[in-house]
Order: sequence, then structure tokens, then C-alpha cells
Amino acid sequence: MKKKDENISAMCKPTVGEAGRTGDWRDLRPVIDHSKCTPFVKKKAACYLCWLYCPEAVVKAGIPVEIDLEYCKGCGICAEECPSRAISMVREDKCND
Amino acid sequence: MTDARIITGNQAAALAARLCDVQVIAAYPITPQSQLAEMLSLYVESGQLRAEYVRVEGEHSAMTVCIGASTVGARVFTATSSNGLLYMHEQLHWAAGSRLPIVMCCVNRGVGAPWSIFNDQQDSLAQRDTGWIQMYCRDNQEILDTIIQAYRIAETVYAPVMVCYDGFVLSHTMMPVVSPTPAAVRKFLPPYKPHTILDSNNPMTINSVLLPNRRPDAEGVLCDGYMEMRYKLQNALNRSPETIREVNRQYAEAFGRDHGGMLWTHRTEDAEVILTSMGSLAAEATVAADALREEGIKAGVVGIRVFRPFPEKKEVVAAYRNAKAIILFEKSVSYGYEGGLCSDLKAAFYGSGINAAIHDHVAGLGGRDVKARELVEAVKSSLARIAEGERELNTTWLNCHTE
Amino acid sequence: MKEIIWFGRGGQGAVVAAQILAESAYLEGFKGVTSAPTFGPERRGAPVTASTRISEDPIRMFSQVEMADIAIVLDDTLLGVVDVKGRVRKGGTIIVNTSCKPEDAAINGDFDVATVDATGIALKLRLLKEGAPVINTPLLGAFAKATGIVSLENIEKALRSKLPAAVASQNFETVRAAYEGTMTKKAQG
Repeated sequence: MKKKDENISAMCKPTVGEAGRTGDWRDLRPVIDHSKCTPFVKKKAACYLCWLYCPEAVVKAGIPVEIDLEYCKGCGICAEECPSRAISMVREDKCND
Repeated sequence: MTDARIITGNQAAALAARLCDVQVIAAYPITPQSQLAEMLSLYVESGQLRAEYVRVEGEHSAMTVCIGASTVGARVFTATSSNGLLYMHEQLHWAAGSRLPIVMCCVNRGVGAPWSIFNDQQDSLAQRDTGWIQMYCRDNQEILDTIIQAYRIAETVYAPVMVCYDGFVLSHTMMPVVSPTPAAVRKFLPPYKPHTILDSNNPMTINSVLLPNRRPDAEGVLCDGYMEMRYKLQNALNRSPETIREVNRQYAEAFGRDHGGMLWTHRTEDAEVILTSMGSLAAEATVAADALREEGIKAGVVGIRVFRPFPEKKEVVAAYRNAKAIILFEKSVSYGYEGGLCSDLKAAFYGSGINAAIHDHVAGLGGRDVKARELVEAVKSSLARIAEGERELNTTWLNCHTE
Repeated sequence: MKEIIWFGRGGQGAVVAAQILAESAYLEGFKGVTSAPTFGPERRGAPVTASTRISEDPIRMFSQVEMADIAIVLDDTLLGVVDVKGRVRKGGTIIVNTSCKPEDAAINGDFDVATVDATGIALKLRLLKEGAPVINTPLLGAFAKATGIVSLENIEKALRSKLPAAVASQNFETVRAAYEGTMTKKAQG
């Protein structure tokens, strides 16, 4: 049996996956070309606009930048915002490769 | 004998808030509440009360500040009247839905339009369905005692409490009020323990969107949907009469004054006609009942002290069981129907075997004075019509030119 | 229960006098006392009223006083403006601040009449506020004399609980002087 909600007013913990596994909502997948990605090229913490703009907080601002595809909804905002056009949105459709 | 002070209802309320060691006050002045807000700011300014007085630009913000402060664990107080309360309406739902034990005085005043600064109870009655507990006071002593009780009730039930008292009639009238010692109040009222608290080591999102259905969270807890959360509020209020009666009982034990829990009665044991009202008008009704008895009419009074939650069926039926006629006097009306208290009483009687004739009077709107002798006349006139077989009477607007 | 109406003008202190009377009566041992202004906005100089109820038992009646047992008129010019007699029960008492004797105060009817020159007393004892004579406190002395409901001792106590010692003493001097200077006339027949 699942644990009961003991709260008497609406409350939730801000945690990974709080809204459920949202990765399967995606029909376009962000793919990073690290040879164009600023932090990877400069080997230092820089840019991270994808991390800043991601509405789902699934981008990890590291070297290299990583995207958690478990929860990425594929909205494409990172690709739109990337100044060096390092991110492209690729169709998830299996027969499209 | 000299332990009482001769003070106004507003002064009694301010004194009570001070005795309860409130920590945050956010109140916006409005007639007839203003003196209460002034007294509290004076207490804070002079150091008699160690609290933060947050000056706000309106009542909506006043309640918002109270909600924020209560959420982080402060005991908070506010007060308003009339259109100020209406302006606060949206935040009243937030306070109740967040299950915050905020105590607020509503100094009852008629609502616009047209403008009135004078007393009736339309303002608080219009907030009936916000999820607040509503308590009505008969006199200034009861204002002080009810506020102290209200914090105990609110902090036990985790629901906000509105302590209502009649503007001018009580707020500006001086009478003796006995004040308990701060030490005794502290003993009666333990510190507030919030049901949640903002903590950077344990971050929580408070009042996030709840969806129509339940859903599991990341830790596998099946979280309530909107309806479950609202049911919890309903359940808390439905069960609160037990707490309200118990707090009243303990208060009576500690301080020697019993205001009756959910309702109170005056000479009802053998009463054939029962007058019913809320607030100072219910006190005036006891004078009318005594006068009716002088004339040989077995009259009594049931005063409704707590309007929400409504007293339970069992208690209501017991209070009215011998009545042949029930005459209500209400300082508000549910436009297009009748007085709200009348509807609720009739609903409580459904299936109970009580089949008394019930006659509702709307009285004293916008400060029109209601005197005991007028109540006596109204009761006698109702009884005469009932005796003639007119059991189903339309609501009468007392002392109002309706031609 | 005794019901008392104070007739004054905005600024003359009718409301404060009603309060001090309630306090004095409580000290006197009356368990039920209330004091209320006429509800609503008041303006300086406009005719205003305040009321006091005094009872052996706690008071459960908070409606406005209709008919008084005792009326106190802070200023005899009000007698020509306000229907004071119409608000006092037959056989009741009307106390007026005037330099006239009760016989000359032009109050006919079935009332006890008491007069006192509160203005003269305040001027003589230099009890002034913002240049104007304070007449509300001396009238408490006239009330004590004319009705016997409260004692001078308890009026003094009530004043001392409200005011700083020196101010209370000065106020009480006028109360005592008014008590001594009050002249009364019983209702005819």
C-alpha cells in the first residue's frame, strides 16, 4: 500500500521527479554537439544558458553539459537559446534514423 | 471588585491580543475597528507588546501578511470590518485552505452600497463559506475571553477563527471587563506549534497546484488531490465543536467565566417561545425574554455563539426541544431568501421531531437600533399570528417601512 | 437600573464625563455600568449626546437609551436647541450647567431640577483646556449632589485612575466646588 499524505495543507518537496517521469512526454530529443558547446570547448564553467533557461531544470551545468533525458520534455528551449547552436532537436520517431 | 476595567469592546480586544502574546499584527484601520488597530500599534510602539506591527496598504495585504507570518510559525492577529473584510475575502479562503490558526476580529458593520459605518452582521455572514470558524460575542467581557479561547481553538484545530462583535454597540461602549493575568493566560495558551514551517534544510513547496485526482509523489506517497485536501478542512471544522466546548470548559475552570461553548441558553428549561440571535442582540433578547415572562409568556433565549461550524444537530435539538414557537432576530439577510441563521436552524430541525412555528426577523440593518421593548412587541405579534393558525410566516423586516 | 443622558456639544467632554461616571458608579459597587457615545461621526460644536447606564446587576441591554431617568445638560443654550424634556421620564432629574437658579432655568414640568454654574467654577479655579473652561468634570459633582448615586470619594478615585495626579487634583477641586454650589428644586406636585 502506498504511504498516505499526512499533510493538512497542500505541500510537496521540490525534488527530481516530483511531477512524475516526464521524459516520455518527448517527441524531440536535444542532442549536444560538444565540439560547439562553450564550456566543453573552453574547458571552464561558462555560458550555461541552456541550464538557465531550461524550464524543467534537467540540464546539469557541468563540463560537459548533460541533459537528464529521464525528465526532459523535449521543449527545445535549450536549442533555441544556445548561442553557439550546439544543441539540435532530433526526432524520437524510431523509423526516422 | 476593582479588578475590572471599564473599557470599550475594541479596548477589550486589544488587551486580549496582548495577553495572547501575538507576534505579528497586520491590520488596516477602518471604522468601527480603528481604535483596536490604534491600541495595538500603541502597545507595540511603547514596548508593552513585543510584536511586529506590519503596516499595509489594505485589508487584502493585511491578511496576506498574516498568512505569511503564520506559515513561518508566528502567532498573528488582525482585525477589520465591513468592506475591509469583503476586500480580504479571497485571502480568507487561502488562510483556511492553508490551515493557519489566524485569529481575526470582525467588528461587525453593514456593507456598502449604500455606505453605512453602522452595525449589522452582513459582513461576517457573507464570509460563511470561507472555512473560518466564526464566534459571536454578547458583551465586552466575552470579546476578551473569546479571543483567548480562539487561539487555543485555532491552534488545536488548525483553522482560522473570526471573533465577531457588533460595531459601536460593543466596540464603542464601555463596560466592566475583568482581565486575567498574563501568567494565567500563558498557562492556558501554550505556544503555537505550526503544522509546517519554512526550513532551508528541508525545503517544501507550499500551496502548489493540486490536480483533480490523487497522484504519487517521487517518494511514493499517494498525495491528496484538491478534493481530499478540501475534505480535510471540512472534517476539521465538523469535528471542532468538541474542541470548542472543551476549550470553553477549561477556560471556565481556569477563569470562572463560561460563555457556553457552541451555544448558550437563557431560561429555556420550560420555555414555550424561544428567541434566537447572535451577538449583542442576543443579550438584548434576554432582557426581552425576562419582560415577556413578567407578562406570563414563558420565553427563553438560545444564543448562537458559534455560527461556523454550526452547532451539531443533537445540541440544537436539545436546546429547542420544548419550544412551540421560535422567533429569530438576524442582523443580516441572504438576499432572495431569508436570514442565514433561520435556514440553518430549520435544516438542523429536519427529521428531529421539532415542529415549532419559526418566524424570522431581519433587524437592525445599517445600525438601526433594536430595543428590548421592540423585541417584546415583535414576539407578541408573531405569537398572535401563530395562534391564528399562520405557522408559515414570511420574514419580517423589523421596524422598517416596507409599504 | 438608572439611565442617564448627557447633552453637550462636540468637544465639551460629554463622552468622557459619561465614562468617568460609569467608573465612579462601578467603584460605588454597581456591578452593571455602561457608557456609550451616540454612535457615528461627531463634530465640534454640534449638539451631541452620550449615555450611562447604572445597575445593581450586570447589564445585558446595549441599545441606545431612549428615555432617561437623569439628564445632564452641559450648556444651557442647548435647552433651546434640543428637546431635553422629551427624553426624560416623568419625575426624573434634569441637571443644567447655568448661572440661573433652578426656579429660573425655564424647565417646567414634572422634573427635579438642579443647576450649577460649572462654567463659572471652571473659570474661577482655572480649569481650562485650550483656553476653554472644562465643564464636564464639575458636572460630576452636581450629579453626585443631585442624585446621591455616586459619592465624591469615588468620583475622585475614578479621576485619579484616568489622569496624572496633579491634573486629577485640579479636576477634583471643581467637582467639590460644583457639589457645594449645586442648587436643587423638587418636581412640583
